[in-house]
Amino acid sequence: MLHDDTGRTLFEKSRPGQRGTGEIEWDIPRKGLDSLVPAKLRRKKAPRLPELSEGEVVRHYTVLSNKNHNIDKGFYPLGSCTMKYNPKVNESLARLSGFSTLHPLQPADTIQGALELMWRLEHMLAEISGMDSVSLQPAAGAHGELTALLVVRAYHLSRGEDRRKVLIPDAAHGTNPASAAIAGFECVTVKSAQDGRVDVEDLKSKLDSDVAAFMITNPNTVGLFETRVEEICAACHAVGAQVYMDGANLNALVGIARPGDLGFDVMHYNLHKTFSTPHGGGGPGCGPIGVKSHLAAFLPSPRVRNSDGKFTLEKPSTSIGPVHGAFGNFLVMVRAYAYILAMGPEGLARVGRNAVLNANYLHAKIKDSMACKYEGPYMHEFVLDGSPLKALGLHTSDFAKRLMDYGVYAPTIYFPLIVPEAMMIEPTETESRETLDRFAEIFLEVLRQCREETETVHSAPHNLPLKRVDDVKAAKDLVLTHPFE
Amino acid sequence: MSHRYIPLTSGEEKEMLQAVGVERFEDLIQAIPSHLRLSRPLDVPPALSEMALSREVRRLAQKNKGLTELVSFLGMGWTKHFIPAAVDTVVSRSEFTTAYTPYQPEASQGSLQQIFEYQTMVAEIAGCEISNASLYDGATALVEGLIMASACTKGRKGFAIASSLNPRYREVAQTYASSNAWSFHDVAWTADEGQLDRKSLESTLAANAGKIAALVIQTPNTFGMVEDLEGLAETCKAAGAVLLVVNDPLASILVDPPGAFGADIVVGEMLGLGISTSLGGPALGYLATWKKHLRQMPGRVVGRTLDADGKRAYCLTAQTREQHIRREKATSNICSNQGLMTVVASVYLALQGPKGLEEVAEQCATRLAHVREGLAKAGIRPLFAGTPIQEQAFRLPAGSRARVESACRTAGLLPGVWLADHLPKVPAETLLVCTSETHSKQDLDLLIATLSSAGGQA
Ligand SMILES: Cc1ncc(COP(=O)(O)O)c(C=O)c1O
Repeated sequence: MLHDDTGRTLFEKSRPGQRGTGEIEWDIPRKGLDSLVPAKLRRKKAPRLPELSEGEVVRHYTVLSNKNHNIDKGFYPLGSCTMKYNPKVNESLARLSGFSTLHPLQPADTIQGALELMWRLEHMLAEISGMDSVSLQPAAGAHGELTALLVVRAYHLSRGEDRRKVLIPDAAHGTNPASAAIAGFECVTVKSAQDGRVDVEDLKSKLDSDVAAFMITNPNTVGLFETRVEEICAACHAVGAQVYMDGANLNALVGIARPGDLGFDVMHYNLHKTFSTPHGGGGPGCGPIGVKSHLAAFLPSPRVRNSDGKFTLEKPSTSIGPVHGAFGNFLVMVRAYAYILAMGPEGLARVGRNAVLNANYLHAKIKDSMACKYEGPYMHEFVLDGSPLKALGLHTSDFAKRLMDYGVYAPTIYFPLIVPEAMMIEPTETESRETLDRFAEIFLEVLRQCREETETVHSAPHNLPLKRVDDVKAAKDLVLTHPFE
Repeated sequence: MSHRYIPLTSGEEKEMLQAVGVERFEDLIQAIPSHLRLSRPLDVPPALSEMALSREVRRLAQKNKGLTELVSFLGMGWTKHFIPAAVDTVVSRSEFTTAYTPYQPEASQGSLQQIFEYQTMVAEIAGCEISNASLYDGATALVEGLIMASACTKGRKGFAIASSLNPRYREVAQTYASSNAWSFHDVAWTADEGQLDRKSLESTLAANAGKIAALVIQTPNTFGMVEDLEGLAETCKAAGAVLLVVNDPLASILVDPPGAFGADIVVGEMLGLGISTSLGGPALGYLATWKKHLRQMPGRVVGRTLDADGKRAYCLTAQTREQHIRREKATSNICSNQGLMTVVASVYLALQGPKGLEEVAEQCATRLAHVREGLAKAGIRPLFAGTPIQEQAFRLPAGSRARVESACRTAGLLPGVWLADHLPKVPAETLLVCTSETHSKQDLDLLIATLSSAGGQA
């Protein structure tokens, strides 16, 4: 391939003296750097940035981009990540100069449209989740968790209580305990029961007046709705603990049930999951939090206020303060707002419904070949137990790599930790039946290969830009920047 | 009823329910107690066609006055620079926008190599050995830096903080302070130059011996002045602390970067370098450091390796620091970061190269000098003498603010940030003016004329 120079970096292509931008005109007299920056301070060794023409840079990135799987190109059944279609109109709206050229320190009267959008989005998210107030400031789900825990902490402190513990199920995402630790809490693990749901008796045995919050994902990370949610919330509230819902899986509930109605006090949303904003190869996301009214006074500042169509910014003295330098990932909010407007009430009702239907349909097609540890029906995703592969000398990771040879991305693997050799599959509502049928065929074909052509699976992938990548070597050698010498 | 984003027809829904072995959809959600289910449609506006939707969102966009209608000299951590068209062309590619975090390296080499190159560029600019794969923004990067500094010093909780740190960053750090049991100790600035007061630093370190995890200093500082970092790393080291620098990446094209002075952790904001101001988000926080501190570094990092055929390959690595493995012992809780923004910044930096960046920085500094000279004629002087790159604090006559604001409004000008609104210790009429290559001579002269007539003493 002429242009696929495997792994060759910009730095190796660079040639001194070249550049991809033209010289900027001078309409004022040039003074020269020597007169602007004293010699003592001047940079001695220029940064070794690439020197390339515009076309070379564009081609470099275009060739790179072709080595990525992406949702526009193919199915992305990555469990817990809600890889749904990202509507194109949202991209063009987020690029409007009336949004992209705003500065965060502009006076409020010059950003009325942006403030109105944020105010409206807050209220829509509150309605969808049944919460009373929403802050859009956190930049991703984990940031939302941390912010919410700071809000909970401030709430308890306002009542003279310095509670030290946060309870977290063993099936929780790693960000939950990590956020709790950074928010200054001690993490206590709650076991999962035989059916894959929270062990309510274990939870109750760990609840006391030192518990600030119980963090629970619902539907949980094995795709099951926490049926005893009312009992869970009541038990927590009985000792004064707050119940936090990790909303990474909110997609399953949209239009079907609302976390606020279920009894939760506080939650986060992932706009980059449920509300269709693109993941961007890792971000930017947006992780708003929703709270019941008793927590609203503590939300991050500034807050957007609406008095008869005039929008202002306010810093309540009870607020925990800002958690982001500006307002959060504003252009992600623009996309989510456009998404909700495009969906409307009927469209949103179909989000949860079809996400659940698609997951159960796909599960029905493959369940006789590989089982889940816990019994369904499932909500938006299901988690297969890949341990039978071990008898064939294979692992879930081998299976996942082989799937990718067929033009689909791999499911989320080895999460949650309570399922051995876990393989978590989330189709989302934006996939067609034809895609699900085809994926099921591929799945069964790969399973056949596991038995009959074990080595093919063991050494997969075979049809991707690269063969199996040696991550052990990466961790051992730790080459984290281009070695120039 | 069909919806353009949802492919299943009602006929297909029925057949699929049958295939699952249930009669009605409700059979699939038996786990949700029926009294907890929503029994009404959500109260959100009715669905809009793409045309009506565009109209509504455009209405909101038009209600704003962006930097295209106003001549703005706002900065303080968010700077505006020209963005070449090729940046958006690359970053609009679905292959970058609609991919997830590159967990499976064989199907994600595009993002992985791109991040590896980004890490290299950040390390080069900061003058350090390594960089992570991004943080949310400059302010949260500082918070991550504080957590990291604490871990680098066996859990120390005190921070000596230069009072000239961006007040927004300081405010965000404050939000996280009490839950982390952090104590912040202000280090004064010198009265004549607005530089870190070394005597104040010495006494802060002495008064809190054995407790200070890091000196936190910003360069250029909030007055726009490049800080002389010479010797600070050594002072910190002698106190058992690390040096944490909040650094403007564009400035360090012209001046020696913090890494060259032995800064242990360098953090900052990349917004402006290809990234539009966008009300401050999505921004791009960066963190650069040294291999010896890798175990304490927050966030993802990409490493270079080989595939089974011996071809060069990239993958996420050094993950035993991260939340999905270490859980409550992780160096940070960050998961999703600002991935796509690293594409934006990388393309911009690759297009500019060292020469282009130097020229942008020179343009900014020269335009600032033009403003400085113009204002001097009206008796308006910088708050401090020193070396500014793209912004500088000016002191307007006492009592002139209302007059200046009203004149600027009439002229369609946002003249800068009134620093005293954010930093109580500066005089009330201090205006932080940020210039860039995007300001024409006309823009600069409009600013000079407006400030001179409304706030000048001539
Ligand atoms: C269950 C769960 N919780 C929290 C998160 C963290 O969200 P983010 O990556 O947006 O920080 C994730 C993301 O993968 C998740 O799946």
